[in-house]
Amino acid sequence: MFKKILLASDGSAHAERAAEKASYIASATSNAIIEIVYVVDANASKTDVLHSANSVIIDQNRKKRIEETEKIVKSQHLEYKVTVLHGEAGPSIVEYANDNEFDLVVIGSRGLNKLQEMVLGSVSHKVAKRVKCPVLIVK
Amino acid sequence: MNLQTIKQEWFGNIRGDVLAGIVVALALIPEAIAFSIIAGVDPMVGLYASFCIAVVIAFVGGRPAMISGATGAMALLMITLVADHGVQYLFAATILTGILQIIFGVFKLARYMKFIPRSVMVGFVNALAILIFTAQLPNFVGETWVMYAMVAGAIAIIYLLPRITKAVPSPLVAIIVITAFAVFTNSNVRTVGDMGELPQALPFFSIPMVPLNFETLAIIFPTALALTIVGLLESLLTASIVDDMTDTDSDKNKESRGQGIANIITGFFGGMAGCAMLGQAVINVKSGARGRLSSLVAGVFLLFLILALGNLVVQIPMAALVGVMFVVAIGTFDWSSLKVLHKVPLTDTIVMVVTVVTVVVTHDLSKGVFAGVILSAIFFVAKISKVHVSSLTDTVTGKRIYRVRGQVFFASVTDLINSFDVKENARKVEIDFTQAHVWDDSAVAAIDKIVIKYRENNTEVKILGLNEPSSSLVKRLAIHDKPGAKLSGH
Repeated sequence: MFKKILLASDGSAHAERAAEKASYIASATSNAIIEIVYVVDANASKTDVLHSANSVIIDQNRKKRIEETEKIVKSQHLEYKVTVLHGEAGPSIVEYANDNEFDLVVIGSRGLNKLQEMVLGSVSHKVAKRVKCPVLIVK
Repeated sequence: MNLQTIKQEWFGNIRGDVLAGIVVALALIPEAIAFSIIAGVDPMVGLYASFCIAVVIAFVGGRPAMISGATGAMALLMITLVADHGVQYLFAATILTGILQIIFGVFKLARYMKFIPRSVMVGFVNALAILIFTAQLPNFVGETWVMYAMVAGAIAIIYLLPRITKAVPSPLVAIIVITAFAVFTNSNVRTVGDMGELPQALPFFSIPMVPLNFETLAIIFPTALALTIVGLLESLLTASIVDDMTDTDSDKNKESRGQGIANIITGFFGGMAGCAMLGQAVINVKSGARGRLSSLVAGVFLLFLILALGNLVVQIPMAALVGVMFVVAIGTFDWSSLKVLHKVPLTDTIVMVVTVVTVVVTHDLSKGVFAGVILSAIFFVAKISKVHVSSLTDTVTGKRIYRVRGQVFFASVTDLINSFDVKENARKVEIDFTQAHVWDDSAVAAIDKIVIKYRENNTEVKILGLNEPSSSLVKRLAIHDKPGAKLSGH
């Protein structure tokens, strides 16, 4: 049914709950694969580059941010991979999901920053509106 | 570079590059004018610089989609030179800056950037933000509430407009709205026109009118050196950020050379020295730019705007520019450095704060960087100079065994010597260096001293576990293993 699942993660608690639901759905289908997608926006790029001595450390820190999400998926013995995208969170996830023909997108209802959400609108809302496949928003 | 790469870098993304270039050109106007005013020169000098640098760097830069022009970091370094010697010396300093930057690029010095600690870079951007902010404060002197209200209005527009539309850069809308308001209400606030000339002419080639002698060089060299360092720091930092944003790599040495070429040409066309613009580069990439075309379009469209709209530009109230600069300062400041303050090591925070304070006091970003680098080097030496010596006595043989752990060099030898009790009763002592590294002649001298002191007390000493470089250094420099060894005078 849902064989190819995109799990959007920003490392927040909401994303971890989304990871649990994604794993639950994936374990119901044999050979399902979860792709954990982490988006680095302009602000994160600026902060990460400024605070890290080189790109190896940047990659390492980003891996660490979604470590918890990864653990949840791993603990269910599911096949998964991690992808890092660059750009604005919403549009990047939408483009990636539509270009790669996912069967399902799973995303947390709210990310890390309340202020950003107020100014820019929620990422999950944008994704739900514009992704072509079914979207599961986890509260 | 092959034709395919050139084609890709120029025409791989025409639509995105042209649109982003236009957005950037619009956003460049208020900044170029405001930075000219910080430097104490006519607005034209900053506008010409942004045009020249953006166009030249499109061809010779190392990082496609990065925007360069007149910047606050550079403007802040020029204030004294311009005030004391005039704008012609600034043009000469700009050319010299370019020459120094080319040398930097040719000798591939970008690789030494890794020795500048991150806390210094964070201090650099924070200090830059504070200076841009404080540079606006004199504009408030002797002004009325009308001016204050205009500043507040500009800031409100810049922050709130993107919630409605992102099609036009909000700083530009703020400038237009505040200018229109000032013109229609006939309010007597100070305008760009009051700050200097704005002739509507193309930049033209001219050799700076300065005497070509050693005295001139002595005047411009310190400024040019500071400009070189600060310009490259901001450019290479911005290039790394654009690299990360676009998930591509770029040639930092080519960028250094490119910045140099751009500054030389700018100096000959009546512009002030510039560098990569962090904020504009981010706007450019976010607006869809990926290639060199974006920078060219930004420069050319900027010039078109100045020529077409010069009459309007002089009517922009200073209040609007102050608002824009406040927002630039807030955007430049690295707020995340405050958030992680309790997480990073205390020494990192001290280095960051010292960098900021040095810059704010001296108004010179390069001095702040020097202070920060030196201080963090001292902290680093202090950190690795801790040697640990543990000892135990072998109960069977009565042998005393010392284990040395850490880096043995000039800063750690005092602690090392004090860790040994040379007057102890053991007949045999073993010093194990398996977990240590011997770095310099001070370290070898310290080992000599310990061994010979033991011998003077009739204790037999054996040194073991030296790794290969340590052992060859000891063999070469030590005296304790040579016949007739005794301590020299001290």
